[in-house]
Amino acid sequence: MRIRQARRRGRHTRGSRQPRTSRRRLAATASVAGLLLTAGCAGAGAVGGSAPGTTLTVAIVANPQMADVEQLTPYFEHQHPGVHIKYVTLPENEARQKITESVATGSHEFDVVMISNYETPMWAKDSWLVDLQPYADRTPGYDPGDFIGPIRQSLSYRGDMYSVPFYGESSFLMYRKDLFAAHHLTMPAHPTWDQVAPLADKLNDPAHHIAGICLRGDPGWGENLAPLDTVVNTFGGRWFDQRWNAQLTSPAVEKAVSFYTGLLHRAGEPAASSAGFTECGTDMAQGNAAMWYDATVAAGSLEDPASSKVVGKIGYAPAPVEKTNSSGWLYSWSLGIPKTSGHKDAAWQFVSWATSKSYIKLVGEKLGWSRVPPGSRASTYQIPQYQKAAAAFAGPTVQAISSADPVHPTVDPVPDTGVQFLGIPEFEDLGTRVSQQITAAIARQKSVHDALAQSQQYARTVGRSYQHP
Amino acid sequence: MATATPATPVTPAAPAAPGPASRPLRRILGRASWTAGAWLAALVFFFPVLWMVLTAFKQEADAYTTTPHLVFSPTLAQFRAVFHSGIGPYLANSALATVLSTLLVLVLGIPAGYALSIRSVRKWRDALFFFISTKMLPVVAAIVPIYLAVRDIGALDNIGTLIVLYTAMNLPIAVWMLRSFFLEVPVEVLEAARVDGVTLRQEITRVMLPMVAPGIAATALICVIFSWNEFFFALNLTSVRAATMPVFLVGFMTSEGLYWAKLAAAATLACLPVLLAGWIAQKQLVRGLSMGAVK
Repeated sequence: MRIRQARRRGRHTRGSRQPRTSRRRLAATASVAGLLLTAGCAGAGAVGGSAPGTTLTVAIVANPQMADVEQLTPYFEHQHPGVHIKYVTLPENEARQKITESVATGSHEFDVVMISNYETPMWAKDSWLVDLQPYADRTPGYDPGDFIGPIRQSLSYRGDMYSVPFYGESSFLMYRKDLFAAHHLTMPAHPTWDQVAPLADKLNDPAHHIAGICLRGDPGWGENLAPLDTVVNTFGGRWFDQRWNAQLTSPAVEKAVSFYTGLLHRAGEPAASSAGFTECGTDMAQGNAAMWYDATVAAGSLEDPASSKVVGKIGYAPAPVEKTNSSGWLYSWSLGIPKTSGHKDAAWQFVSWATSKSYIKLVGEKLGWSRVPPGSRASTYQIPQYQKAAAAFAGPTVQAISSADPVHPTVDPVPDTGVQFLGIPEFEDLGTRVSQQITAAIARQKSVHDALAQSQQYARTVGRSYQHP
Repeated sequence: MATATPATPVTPAAPAAPGPASRPLRRILGRASWTAGAWLAALVFFFPVLWMVLTAFKQEADAYTTTPHLVFSPTLAQFRAVFHSGIGPYLANSALATVLSTLLVLVLGIPAGYALSIRSVRKWRDALFFFISTKMLPVVAAIVPIYLAVRDIGALDNIGTLIVLYTAMNLPIAVWMLRSFFLEVPVEVLEAARVDGVTLRQEITRVMLPMVAPGIAATALICVIFSWNEFFFALNLTSVRAATMPVFLVGFMTSEGLYWAKLAAAATLACLPVLLAGWIAQKQLVRGLSMGAVK
């Protein structure tokens, strides 16, 4: 039966359907060839990108401030006919990996990259970035001296800026003034952690879904290690001594980490081990936290009625201290130009526009003064409209950034620079591993002692590479 | 010297035979519990998808409430935001990379599967092992050499690069799958066709392929799913012109600000083409994956 069917199929094929089959084959071949030709044209993203002039590829981190830049880019393109901007927007970790891969291998993918004060000095030393100081000095009205001192210094190498700040931040303590008043409590003008802890205990009210304090617990060197490192610093701890001996099991570090995890266990937010900036920000904005120690940049969204239920109810205090005079971190997202860019002058036109005084005014006028990128320029804080919009947090923000000291972050001397990170390439990996141990301690999967013992092993390996280079 | 003592067989006491009325009841209860278990498992697997779709219709603030809201005022604002973010080129790139790489996989995989099943080449076992061994190297370990090679030939941010890589990525699995489907074809049918004088190409295209169509559909769908969802190569090797949907999706994730609802809307849109392909090929797929190609 099957044989007969096969025979029938064979006859049929060789007979009347032959011409139609040929036509089909021809059509299929033409379709595939057409698709392959289309594919050969690089990709659909190229469609519309063939306008005359220069197209700059800009790699940025996905955050609200950069979304504003994208929204306002038509103003730049209008002012600079012939220069077109294409953005590659990625989350922080992916952007960091992609930009590092591209710049370190000397690829020509990007004309402008968004990096931070962690990468800038190292990449400048490795000659991966264009020295922007000559560009900044000869651009009329750009005024690089207007950048806030510690931010400018943290983006410099041998006195020259290799990236320019888009926005800057430190850390401070945000607290609910209404809850403090209801509990007859007062926030000291310059609080210590020993004063903050009992306040958190008193304000912690799980029955009403209010955490005493929100602190980051999720793993990542830019996540829980950022606030924790400032606590370690002010408790007198450090990662390494000046001879690169790991110090993560020292009494000061163990006391600081025990304090941090203990405070989270007693009065922290629910599911603290997976809470980061976004989760704590949501808790605070929804009225579910009495205090939050985090980035100064958070204040803008807490005072924005569109995203916050606690507008006008927040007080701002300096980062709590113990043994140091200040303890806030220092961080800046900045724009740099890789040496491999084929359009350096056009790239500088874009970079100088996005970090200029006029851009800050443009954001204020078109999108609202609360959305102005903070912490980069001193002149921002002289704008009357911004002073009005940011009256509650502008002063504490500038104060926090100005008092950050990346060279002397803790009591004893350290062999590197950086407050909440170490300015060495190995820190990304080391920090991530240590942060995972800390998260395990926060989740009660490990004791602080065991987490730090494991962390010490990681740190010792890195330290050895500097002791015996 | 020990002497082995034969063990006395112990016969367990026979349980009381169930009454004739309890047998159907037990059977019904057994079936019901299996059905309930299956539904529960399906619900557990489907719940994240349902949650994603629901979140896509929420405002950002509603998506982040500590106690999740099942009742809310639905909005299309997130879908509008996704469309305004320029989803078009990403969709087109994903479609190009997926369709062309799947076609290439089938064009190369079908002859390979035939040569490893119907007319086995010499050392076919070694060939099969070689194919699958290419999947044993973690992609992350190979990314730097691949990146440098692609950079040196000027093929970064080019959709053609993704098509070649996705073809290479899917080909070993496709060859294994197709081979297993080809083995199901009765040899007698092929012998009969040969007696009728068909050429090798006719034997494959006119006799065998129609019989294993469900298997080919299943293989193609697996390739489509893998290519459509691939993130690592797309992230590392593309930027502006050739970026695909997964890269577009992660662009909504921010460390400062709310993004769940927008991400859910974008993910819902990204799922639709694969869902549609699966729905269209459902009949073939079920036959191909569960019953074998020709049984």
